Amino acid sequence: MRILAALLIALSLGGLALPVLAGPPDVPKGAGEKCLADAATMRRNHMSMLMHRRDATMHQGVRASTNGLKACLDCHAVNDGAGQPVGIDSDKHFCRVCHDYAAVKVDCFECHASKPAAKKAAEAPAEAEPMAPPEAAQESGAATPPKPEGPK
Amino acid sequence: MSDCMSSRRDLLKAAGAATLLAPGVFLLAAPTPSKARPEDTATDSSVRWGLLVDTNRCDQECTACVTACKEEMGLTGHGRPATDAQYIRKVEIAEPKTGFTRSLPVMCQHCSSPPCVDVCPTGASFKRADGIVLVDRHVCIGCRYCMMACPYKARSFVHETTTDQLPNNPRGKGCVEACTLCAHRVDAGIVPACVEACHSKGRGAMLFGDLLNPEHAITQVVAQHPTSQIRADLKTDPGVRYHGI
Amino acid sequence: MAHMPDLVFKELNAKGTAFRVLFVALAGLFLIGLGAAFYMEHSGHWVTGMTNQVVWGMPHVFAVFLIVAASGALNVASISSVFGKSVYKPAAPLSALLALALLAGGLAVLVLDLGRPDRLIVAMTHFNFKSIFAANIILYTGFFAIVLVYLWFMMDRKLKYKSSGPGTFAFIWRLVLTTGTGSIFGFLVAREAYSSAVMAPLFIAMSLAFGTAIFILVLLAVCVIDKRPLGDVLTERLRVLLAVFVATTAYLALVQHVTAAYWAGRVDVVSFILLNGGVYTFLFWGVQMGLGTIFPLALTLVPRLRSHATLAFASVLVVLGGLAQVYVIIIGGQAWPLTLFPGYEVESSFFDGVVQSYSPSFPEILLGIGGFALALLIVAFGMAILRFLPTSLADADIDPHAKKRLLETEEAGEPA
Ligand code: HEC
Ligand code: HEC
Ligand code: HEC
Repeated sequence: MRILAALLIALSLGGLALPVLAGPPDVPKGAGEKCLADAATMRRNHMSMLMHRRDATMHQGVRASTNGLKACLDCHAVNDGAGQPVGIDSDKHFCRVCHDYAAVKVDCFECHASKPAAKKAAEAPAEAEPMAPPEAAQESGAATPPKPEGPK
Repeated sequence: MSDCMSSRRDLLKAAGAATLLAPGVFLLAAPTPSKARPEDTATDSSVRWGLLVDTNRCDQECTACVTACKEEMGLTGHGRPATDAQYIRKVEIAEPKTGFTRSLPVMCQHCSSPPCVDVCPTGASFKRADGIVLVDRHVCIGCRYCMMACPYKARSFVHETTTDQLPNNPRGKGCVEACTLCAHRVDAGIVPACVEACHSKGRGAMLFGDLLNPEHAITQVVAQHPTSQIRADLKTDPGVRYHGI
Repeated sequence: MAHMPDLVFKELNAKGTAFRVLFVALAGLFLIGLGAAFYMEHSGHWVTGMTNQVVWGMPHVFAVFLIVAASGALNVASISSVFGKSVYKPAAPLSALLALALLAGGLAVLVLDLGRPDRLIVAMTHFNFKSIFAANIILYTGFFAIVLVYLWFMMDRKLKYKSSGPGTFAFIWRLVLTTGTGSIFGFLVAREAYSSAVMAPLFIAMSLAFGTAIFILVLLAVCVIDKRPLGDVLTERLRVLLAVFVATTAYLALVQHVTAAYWAGRVDVVSFILLNGGVYTFLFWGVQMGLGTIFPLALTLVPRLRSHATLAFASVLVVLGGLAQVYVIIIGGQAWPLTLFPGYEVESSFFDGVVQSYSPSFPEILLGIGGFALALLIVAFGMAILRFLPTSLADADIDPHAKKRLLETEEAGEPA
């Protein structure tokens, strides 16, 4: 596996000299201007970047939006014929093209969503106007002791 | 992107001042969100996130928090109640002698001395500096010792292959999981989904905030009103407190 | 200490039909166990009886039984090296081999039941030293190493006279190990059925009873299969030991419940196990106490019943009773609901406040049996390639006194 990986890296490094050629597997191009680092560094170091980032997010709550796994997939989404991003079950998925070629197995997508979320579920509601108290605050009478309201 | 971030922060600032109301109704203040932490910095122990549930306000029929949690975390069940995951559940309690009843949500209590963390062989169960107890599912081997140790029955084991997870809650077969206090939202300065739903759809019985910050409503309420922790006798010091039981 | 230089240790005859049949059968059971583990792993744990309520099931019953029995199986070696009882010496290497094999079988079951057995390497590289579980991983690894060294001392021509050092160390280690296993449960403060200081001594007593029973069975089986003479001197002593250990275990099991019953909040869980717990009550009184304690005690203590056959039968009963006991501890303890709100009746969609149900599934049981099979395979394989047991365990060969008596009678007879 290592030999294959080294071969792949060597080949894709060679590919840099000839801009058209990006190594044996045809790696789909990411969206946006550039990656987090130059392509060669990304190829070599994306695993350790991901691991480092993973631990920082898990344990310290560092959530810079640019270098998480979510971000990778946002830029690196590969669309199918119908213009929808493909999931990891497709061999066109960005993370699979090289891995399949280099026989690398990663378990990440047993848990992680392999394509960008259809809607920004987490963020949408909170962006809305601040929530008003559902009922008038003084309603129950300010001076009375805790009055069990019980089931409605 | 930067636009919504800044508006989010403004919202947080605005909600900082909570008014304290009479006992029994104090939780009507809008959910107090966190102070916004720049997104590239780490959490630290100057905050301790906590929840307060006013059981006097919690309605027996209402399951808004449970539904919101399932939606936020992508918990689609398989119609097998014994093995489907539940991060938060409504528990109905009744005192047989007096007939006193309450309905209240129970989730991971985010203990300051969490038994799950003590027993975890690999250190996958851990407590963040800000008091949120999590499972690092990259290190969890699925031994379930934490589930044996948890006094609150707060954890679930993923019993089957999962698909279509949401990006904010990666989850997969063979690991243990539980309420994360919506760490992904809290880190972004938004209150947990259950609290939000409790205010927008329920009766506003939940309050979220930093138990160390005297300006947060939760801290003020806890300082002036009787609140209790579930199984306080076990000295796990939960970050989730209840009023009215 | 008396030595018996004339004892000839020999490998098992691996060409015998009985041995081959047994070996193939064990290998088959082991493979079935592996297949069951793969099936459970592949489908996810929902195909087992285990749930979010009863999180540890049949695999843990088997694993804990085997691990506990492992340290007890070392007992024969300990008695010979640590307490200097030379009658046990010929059987000591087998006892150490059995200890290693049982531990390997138990751990295999435990590991194969993990949610992510593929991450075993994580368990080996990430340690939370506060965790009793992690401490146990170290204790188990240490046990393997120490018993291997001890075995080497016992089986090496020159070193065997110095084996009491490693033997003593192994003995102390195994006591700590069983304490550790018991503490896995003893430290669960939230579970009313578990958290108790009696757990550690109870587990030590259990280990001695289960380990001795399995040792007796293996010894008898090997002697029958390989046609090695086996006298009564050794089995007589094992019989008494078994009786003592079984009685001690039963006593401590009762102490466990009686002390808990004095604890105001625990009366309910005690009466659940002892009086109205359905299958758990049946297993406790019927299988653990009746079939696994009273019956084997009668078989071993009534003089008229003494024979190798009744000893074997008694040992089988002790194993069955032991499995029932571990089942009652592990599953019964989880079936009893956690008390979140003392004094309240509770109800929820997550099975709060109700007795949890658990029905063991086939794959779980097959995995457990596979663990047993693996342990015995290791014993069979070890004995086939190395010299673990003398060719004869006849009284005259292993007991210096019996031998002396025999010689004296011969000498007395000669002049005539
Ligand atoms: C068993 C489930 C599981 C597996 C397998 C898994 N992760 Fe995660 N991962 C999680 C969870 C849970 C989080 C926390 C999400 C959060 O707090 O937002 C996470 C967070 C992350 C993060 C930080 C959040 C983000 O989106 O950037 C990274 C990076 C990450 N994982 C990388 C990986 C990589 C790389 C792999 C494969 C080698 C992997 N994970 C495998 C469950 C898993
Ligand atoms: C802002 C969008 C963006 C983000 C976020 C991003 N990438 Fe990229 N990535 C690109 C672009 C554009 C390229 C092509 C760059 C080039 O050819 O110089 C690229 C190239 C790569 C390559 C090299 C592919 C090749 O051609 O061989 C790898 C590997 C890679 N990215 C991995 C990642 C990973 C892993 C992450 C997440 C940690 C990530 N990227 C995040 C845009 C992005
Ligand atoms: C340019 C090709 C390429 C692309 C695109 C790529 N990888 Fe990789 N990745 C590799 C190679 C090659 C290795 C093996 C490196 C080694 O074994 O030393 C690897 C290894 C890894 C590893 C470590 C696996 C292990 O077992 O050590 C992780 C994690 C990983 N990649 C994640 C990703 C993710 C996530 C993506 C998609 C965002 C991705 N990779 C896209 C080439 C690529």
